[in-house]
Amino acid sequence: AMVDAESGLSLTIARVVQRLRGSSLHSQLERQARVSLHKPEIKLESLKEDIKDFLKTSGWEKKLQNAVYSELNVFPSPCHPAAPPEHMKEPLAYMRKAQGSWEKRILKSLNSMCTELSIPLAQKRSVSEQKELLNKWNEMGTDEPDLSLFRPVYAPKDFLEVLMNLRNPNYENGEQPSFRNHLGLIQVPLKVKDIPELKEDFSELGLNIGQLGIDDSAQVPPEFFENEHVRVGQKVLAEQDSAAAQQYVRQGCPTALRADLWALILNISNQPEDILYYEQLKSNVIQHNLLVDSLIYKDVKLTASNDDYYFVFEDYLYQVLLCFSRDTSVLEHFAYSSATPPKSYIRGKLGMEEYAVFYPPNGVIPFHGFSMYVAPLCFLYHEPSKLYQMFREMYVRFFFRLHSISSHPSGIVSLCLLFETLLQTHLPQLFYHLREIGAQPLRISFKWMVRAFSGYLATDQLLLLWDRILGYNSLEILAVLAAAVFAFRAVNLMEVTSLAAAEAVLADLSTLKVMPLLQIFLFATVT
Amino acid sequence: RGGWWPVRSARSEERWDFHWCDVGWLHEHFDHAYLDEHVRVCHFRNHYELTRKNYLVKNLKRFRKQLEREAGKLEATKCDFFPKTFEMPLEYHLFVEEFRKNPGTTWIMKPVGRSQGKGIFLFRKLKDIIEWRKVRTTLYFWGMSNWNLLFCCVWLLLQDGLRTDDQKDETQVEVYVAQRYIENPYLIGGRKFDLRVYVLVTSYIPLKAWLYRDGFARFSNTRFTLNSIDDHYVHLTNVAVQRTAPDYDPEKGCKWMIQRLRQYLTAKHGAEVVEVLFADMDNIFIKSLQSVQKVIISDKHCFELYGYDILIDQDLKPWLIEVNASPSLAASSQEDYELKCHLLKDTLHIVDMEGRLTGKEKRVGGFDLIWSDGPVSREGNLDTLSESFVANSHLGCYNDRKKQLKQLFRSLRA
Repeated sequence: AMVDAESGLSLTIARVVQRLRGSSLHSQLERQARVSLHKPEIKLESLKEDIKDFLKTSGWEKKLQNAVYSELNVFPSPCHPAAPPEHMKEPLAYMRKAQGSWEKRILKSLNSMCTELSIPLAQKRSVSEQKELLNKWNEMGTDEPDLSLFRPVYAPKDFLEVLMNLRNPNYENGEQPSFRNHLGLIQVPLKVKDIPELKEDFSELGLNIGQLGIDDSAQVPPEFFENEHVRVGQKVLAEQDSAAAQQYVRQGCPTALRADLWALILNISNQPEDILYYEQLKSNVIQHNLLVDSLIYKDVKLTASNDDYYFVFEDYLYQVLLCFSRDTSVLEHFAYSSATPPKSYIRGKLGMEEYAVFYPPNGVIPFHGFSMYVAPLCFLYHEPSKLYQMFREMYVRFFFRLHSISSHPSGIVSLCLLFETLLQTHLPQLFYHLREIGAQPLRISFKWMVRAFSGYLATDQLLLLWDRILGYNSLEILAVLAAAVFAFRAVNLMEVTSLAAAEAVLADLSTLKVMPLLQIFLFATVT
Repeated sequence: RGGWWPVRSARSEERWDFHWCDVGWLHEHFDHAYLDEHVRVCHFRNHYELTRKNYLVKNLKRFRKQLEREAGKLEATKCDFFPKTFEMPLEYHLFVEEFRKNPGTTWIMKPVGRSQGKGIFLFRKLKDIIEWRKVRTTLYFWGMSNWNLLFCCVWLLLQDGLRTDDQKDETQVEVYVAQRYIENPYLIGGRKFDLRVYVLVTSYIPLKAWLYRDGFARFSNTRFTLNSIDDHYVHLTNVAVQRTAPDYDPEKGCKWMIQRLRQYLTAKHGAEVVEVLFADMDNIFIKSLQSVQKVIISDKHCFELYGYDILIDQDLKPWLIEVNASPSLAASSQEDYELKCHLLKDTLHIVDMEGRLTGKEKRVGGFDLIWSDGPVSREGNLDTLSESFVANSHLGCYNDRKKQLKQLFRSLRA
């Protein structure tokens, strides 16, 4: 076991080094080291030590630490050195297969839309079109293209149907569903946490610990918690320490510090090369028209533009999502995602690998509601390239797991199972009642979790929830919140007699206070 | 509801206790009716001193001068929250002088008597006024210089063009104000917005004013640009005008609650900057009320709920656009409906026809007392002085009015 741990560690180190080698941080460090050679305190005899000290005092070591921390957060720990690369994507074969079939279906749907409307997947814009788009870049929302023929490639409920039919072929479960089994829609045997384990994982949400979202309410004097918490937050920002920031936000971010804290945790610094990269993506958008652009337009018009609070940010959403579709750096996340980017072939060269391209260039086909991942970030970031980078990082760390089939504990399948298990274990009467009237709870909560509650909660509450997603580097809190919402409205739900009535009870979550709900469900409910 | 009977019509013979009247009724009946001690009416007789644009500018200018005399130049600058305004046609001389001194600036012309954005237009060059309406071949001679003559002709032709056929039968010339247009409004998502804030005045002498915690930001449906002066819809953010814009979607609701705006600004600029902004807004409310304090006929039967329209510029300076005496109580969404219901309920609580309050309350429901013959501090009681003064204003803060009302009335019963 000792040997395994060591080899695991050295594998991790090797991987992190490989990822950071050649990055801009690497070249900056090298440059800094070279510059420091001119400094009087650097002596030839103790060159290595002196340079190390210099990097430490000038803050560069901290930057390196943050970069390493970021890498560790994003990439899963390597499995056995002999494991094939697909195992990093998804270790279970049946899950890989299911994801593959789902992807085929999506691509088929996209292709048939393409053929029906006889619109090419990609097309170069004419010079006059390019000019027009460039002029309108900051107000693309004023464009009213005819989108009536386009339909979203899929909606969350289509995805739920697929997940419901997931089965592990190695698992023989001939028994009828009963209380000894799982009564919910998800029928795969993944390991999910129970409340005692969740209490341990989310210990900072405990009753004795101060939280933003609870202990900063008007009745509580700020001296008790809020003032000190803000002070600590400012200190964390001054130190520029990613790991400390991640620990800090578990208790919530003060509104004024949130934008900087999230950027610190995700290690986004908006360097000139990042801005340049964004501008490059923008010029790609100007030059070429993609079919997915219309899907994006349609999605924004249908969802974010109709939202009472996010409608204001409509233009930003186009600026982010259109660039996102063209960003090939997003392809890197497929190394640890169970998904595989769809391939398309240059016209006339079907099947010839040399003429294969990923479509869209970032490999992500948007679905109905996708733009809601971006909308809350508009509250925090106003500079387009920074907003863009924050969204991209959130996507490749978290959001991609919400619409791909995998066994990962933060993957949507696990979240659904966690939700159903929590409900069945702690509110069995409610679960049974809802099941009997044909209102399986997951049918209602699925859309909340797929969207990470964006558009369902009030913005300030949503941001408090996303604070914890970043703080715990996990999406499990979404399932816990979903269960907590059901627990909160249990009395009303027990009285309904149809799915429609149950939906109505849970239609409006905009008045909910997220943190008290989570605290009560995890720490104040009798288990 | 609440034990009150609605009376069909408030004729002088019928006895009534509370009249939520419109301004028209007020002008007609108020001077002649005898009002019992306990009766309450929702307007002050001459509220137009505050709510008509030309009177407001006159009162503010006078008050500013007085303040400068009494307290010095620095104190007087606290009144600089009203964009430069000239009454037309009375002050057109002064206006033209100002206009010539600042070429290329944009001005907005607003009729004083109308609301809901009717009759408003923008101009940069005097010739814009001329081109704005087809010129009819009627000339009036006023015996003035050529330039003035031209202006007056244009003025009267405009009047003709703007008036409906019914209005043309009246012989009065409509009064307008020309106001410096704020060219650098604060934008969110590329859109301009203004704020609607509610201030309740229960007495002018002594001045007692309450500020409601809720309010909203009204967004323009289209992106802001100075190039489209003719686009009525961009520049006017009144919901009434927006309702007729071609891409207006009533379900969309171009409003944000002020709490949301406050959070957005705090996230963007930090808490201290936002505190200053809101303190500047408090200053607008107080100073504007003080400027008409001596002119308004204070009557113990009267109270008034004002709707303040505030515009924030890119330097986070708030500007007073206008004060409405009859703020619209029509609701454009469920959230809006609830806000206005609660606003009215709390107004009635403060008017206190049942005589339940002690008069020393600093908060009733969603209203915070911000001025009671002097600034009101958050800490301590109304009569006592506290060492550290923090204003008792909570605009855009959490409004737990139900809870507060419960506690208040429970303690009053005891």
